[in-house]
Amino acid sequence: MIPQKFEYTAPKTLDEALLLLAAGAKPLAGGMSLIPMMKLRLAAPEHLVDLGKLKDLNYIRETDGTLHIGATTTHAEIESSPILRKKCPLLAETAAAIGDVQVRNMGTIGGSVAHADPAADYPAALQALEAKLALKGAKSDRIVAAADFFVDAFTTALQPNEIIREVIVPVEAAGTGTSYQKMFHPASGFAIVGIAARVRKKAGNIALVRIGVTGLSNRPYRAATAEKALEGKLGSATEIQNAAALVAKGVDANSDLHASAEYRRHLAVVHAARALMTALARTA
Amino acid sequence: MATTMTQTETFVGKRVRRREDPRLITGTATYVEDIQMPGMHYAVIVRSPHAAARIRSIKTKQAEAAPGVVAVYTGKDTERVGPVPCGASLPGLRVPHHHVLATDRVYFVGHPVAVVVATDRYLARDAADLVEVDYDVLPAVADPEKALAKGAPAVHPEWPDNTAFTFHQEGGDVDKAFAEADLVVKQRMTSQRLIPMALETRGVVAEWRGADRQLNLYTSTQIPHLVRTLVAQMLSLEENRMRVVTPEVGGGFGSKLNVYAEEALMGFVAMKINKPVKWIESRRENFLCTIHGRGHVDYYEVAAKRDGTILGIKLKIIQDLGAYHQLLTPAIPTLSVLMMPGLYKTKNVRADIVGVFTNCMPTDAYRGAGRPEATHGIERMVDLLADELKMDPAEIRLKNFVGKDEFPYATATGLMYDSGDYAAPLKKALEIVGYQKLRQEQIEARKQGKWMGIGISTYGEICAIGPSPATPAGGWESATVKIEPSGKVTVMTGACPHGQGEETTFAQITADELGVGLDDVLVIRGDTAIVQYGIGTFGSRATAIGGTALYFALQDLKAKIKKFGAMLLESEDVTFSAGQVTCNRTGKSKSLQEIAGASYRALKLPPETEPGLLATRFWEPPNFTFPFGAHIVVSDIDGETGQIKIRRYVAVDDCGNMINPLLVDGQVHGGVAQGLGQALWEQVVYDDNGQLVTGELMDYAVPRAHMMPWIENDHTTTPSPVNPLGVKGVGEAGTIGCSPAVVNSVVDALSPLGVRHIDMPLTPEKIWKLIAGGN
Amino acid sequence: MKIRVTINGKSYSHDVEPRLLLIHYLREVVGLTGSHVGCETSLCGACTVELNGKAVKSCTMFAVQADGASVVTVEGLATDGKLHPVQEAFWNEHGLQCGFCTPGMIMASKQILDRTPKPTEEEIRHGLEGNVCRCTGYQHIVNAVKAAAAGAGK
Repeated sequence: MIPQKFEYTAPKTLDEALLLLAAGAKPLAGGMSLIPMMKLRLAAPEHLVDLGKLKDLNYIRETDGTLHIGATTTHAEIESSPILRKKCPLLAETAAAIGDVQVRNMGTIGGSVAHADPAADYPAALQALEAKLALKGAKSDRIVAAADFFVDAFTTALQPNEIIREVIVPVEAAGTGTSYQKMFHPASGFAIVGIAARVRKKAGNIALVRIGVTGLSNRPYRAATAEKALEGKLGSATEIQNAAALVAKGVDANSDLHASAEYRRHLAVVHAARALMTALARTA
Repeated sequence: MATTMTQTETFVGKRVRRREDPRLITGTATYVEDIQMPGMHYAVIVRSPHAAARIRSIKTKQAEAAPGVVAVYTGKDTERVGPVPCGASLPGLRVPHHHVLATDRVYFVGHPVAVVVATDRYLARDAADLVEVDYDVLPAVADPEKALAKGAPAVHPEWPDNTAFTFHQEGGDVDKAFAEADLVVKQRMTSQRLIPMALETRGVVAEWRGADRQLNLYTSTQIPHLVRTLVAQMLSLEENRMRVVTPEVGGGFGSKLNVYAEEALMGFVAMKINKPVKWIESRRENFLCTIHGRGHVDYYEVAAKRDGTILGIKLKIIQDLGAYHQLLTPAIPTLSVLMMPGLYKTKNVRADIVGVFTNCMPTDAYRGAGRPEATHGIERMVDLLADELKMDPAEIRLKNFVGKDEFPYATATGLMYDSGDYAAPLKKALEIVGYQKLRQEQIEARKQGKWMGIGISTYGEICAIGPSPATPAGGWESATVKIEPSGKVTVMTGACPHGQGEETTFAQITADELGVGLDDVLVIRGDTAIVQYGIGTFGSRATAIGGTALYFALQDLKAKIKKFGAMLLESEDVTFSAGQVTCNRTGKSKSLQEIAGASYRALKLPPETEPGLLATRFWEPPNFTFPFGAHIVVSDIDGETGQIKIRRYVAVDDCGNMINPLLVDGQVHGGVAQGLGQALWEQVVYDDNGQLVTGELMDYAVPRAHMMPWIENDHTTTPSPVNPLGVKGVGEAGTIGCSPAVVNSVVDALSPLGVRHIDMPLTPEKIWKLIAGGN
Repeated sequence: MKIRVTINGKSYSHDVEPRLLLIHYLREVVGLTGSHVGCETSLCGACTVELNGKAVKSCTMFAVQADGASVVTVEGLATDGKLHPVQEAFWNEHGLQCGFCTPGMIMASKQILDRTPKPTEEEIRHGLEGNVCRCTGYQHIVNAVKAAAAGAGK
């Protein structure tokens, strides 16, 4: 219940924060993952840099046809953002499926994504959205595709001195429907499996399919084979089932008390079909 | 002048809102953790990370030198503190010596090894990391059936068979019944280990007043007086030098019906350091080191005639006891045996229990304590029998119920069921749920490939525990009623409610008997320095026994009030009602307030009557009470994921007369939630090394608001003849009735696949596997 | 580290260790023991308070993070001795038994009604996802939130 001692700084500017990180401090965003770990003494950072007070990382804005979400934007802000609900509803829907009200009020997209819990919700949406992550260090500023960002469980492309500055997602084109379907862990509320689907229809045919998968394995991914199987089709129930059947192919599925690898794999298929079906219905 | 005291309104039977709530909803109640004292110290306990190990050495120097630390104690220091007590006795019971701190060996993960005491809780926690314990890790066994196997690691080296006791009970002629049977159904089933998970973890504040030789122990318990008697013994302290205070208690469910090592340990620490000390259990510790519930493996055999008549029952229980006996550990499965016939007439039963040591936290009483296991067993077996005979599950129950004209009914296990009309709640529940229509719907649903189930459970339970010969510590309860000189009424109950609401229901009883308002009554509990000796709150006993003690104390007072009234009115022909003694001839009356004043002023006394208005009664019940009811669950299963949705939950409970139906409903809802938790989500998992896999709320799934169905609850009322209030008890009914209804419903849904039984919890994966395998 | 926090409308200033959890700050430094600790993994909600108008779990936050913020705890809900409608509704509907989860449950319920004045049963149940009650089976809590919503509309 009681964390170990640490030094705490709440810098006013991003640059100041980045300098501290360069010197070895660890970032604290909403704290929803880090603080419980510290209380159980599974994590013991010596110096925490609180990013929560950086006003310049809390924003949702549209520029050049893309949406930019500052790293310290909370799940609740994303869930209720009128602009996201209209232009990137998948992200808002995903945010609404995270944790509970209190967690969504404090937890941030940057913190969650950087933590890279294999059962987290955002990674599915970020994969499906082909999101980009703007990473910033004291001396670096780079853009990494979501596809390259997640390396393994709790491991990302972030360098020790870098933070996520913002998440970049597309404005959905007309005719696009999206859906996030998740099997909730009964105790923690995390995703046993979560599937984010985007389907775009053009002239009656499915022109684009994107499927992001989380919870199944240590690394969230895009189910490219399944996507291809559905593109160009009309979207019949059989076609969707056939495509969904491919989402877990060849994936090294996780197994735990609540779901064996076999069951997880099966759930991925079921939820992919449901997500695709719902997304397709929403293209109208 | 005393009109404000006179009350014609009555309260018993009404949905009165609770009198304890104002402090709870404003955040001003005092739980143990809220207690602050000058010079308070804080204790953190160092616990074993291993399920079985020899302790080679413990180094405390570094911890002792850490900032704020005043002392570190290990098992060597506490060797003379008496063992953690087991109150249950069974023939041949093996009782391992249960030190408050481990001495040379640890027996389960979480076993207390040392205690660090500091001036600040953060510093105490820091220093706990500095205690170095060198362990020689030994093989452990965490599963009771594995523990019984040849060559299993011995939990206690002196008993290599890991058997703490065996117990046999038999009634009627079982062999004859089975020989004459047309069929026998058999099933192995489990009632898994559960974590009680009271929202307030345990906590203790101990204060030693050396000059007075007085130990004040504030502890979150259901049994303050028993804690005083037993902890005083452990500490070799005179019992009258010890005061146990139970402030607000944040839930117990049986987990605080115990005496724990930490209670004596904090007393020991306070006496050593001569300062108050506080220990608050973390949730992780609560999962590891507060008793668990259930832990049964049951082997059932039921013999029956082709017409559905149950002839006999055989039951073998393998009870996972854990590493030690806590207060009632070995007694819990014997309660299952008592209830094994359920509501059915069979006179032929045979039960065998094997109590097994494992390298786990001890099991003990958790809501229902033995009765949910028994009810789950018999209610599953009756469904299996119905399935075998192609009978309707409602019909087979109605056929075998003890008839309503057969009470009091002597059971094959030696109980005397007090009163009942078992068909009534079942028929009512069937009507509420619309049973026939649902069966029609089910036929249609099956044609469409849908998985829909209807499950019935008709339960009985032993409540109002209980007559003293049947309990380890005395089965009575006490009450004192004082009418103060102003006429205000103070009730002191030996029961120790911790959420059940007796501050309200006891005020209702008192107000009605004395004809005063609810606001004129104050109910005090949970302080051994104020309240006469009592037993406590558990086993659905507080109202049935504690309320009855109160009722009789009130009758004593009423007689005395009448005497004073008669004296003041100078008439022998008087009546006491609505807070007034009235002369039946003149119509003149004296208020309770006037009488109370006169009784203390004592200018004149009735013949052979002492001043004052105070009465104490200790009431010994002649029997248990036996509530009953019927729960029906309609479930829909998602065939793709195996997820179960409870569409309808109907509960019709008969707990005898209801003092406050609002509170009765609350007890049923809460009980159902815990039953549903066991049926669908909750399970304690230890791995083969005895590590607790479900060690946090991250992994142990308790029901949340969005997981619960709406509960349609109703009642039938069959008063108990055991007590004058006619009440039976309702604290555990919901839990006992629930789990078999859920499992029966899901098995019913999957019966087209040939599914006969599923062990709890019914996880989606289990269900999916059955469906996927069956298709 | 020096922090300044407004709690239930009153301004406080204290020097605290960075690792001091907000719940311990409220309970042990400020003396407001209404909010409770029920777990260490941010899953029970007994410690729920309002931080700048948002329900948060005060056990999963350091006091230093609340520097400059405004906090409302269960003790701050009643005004001039008059209970908040949510408190009143919990009382009337028997929305509590042991009372340990109640302060957090009331704060979470208030958040539901602040955001959705007329919630459906489903919205209420989902709004309470972050709070565990082991006593009531939630049904009377759901009734309480409904009643508070109905009362506020009168």
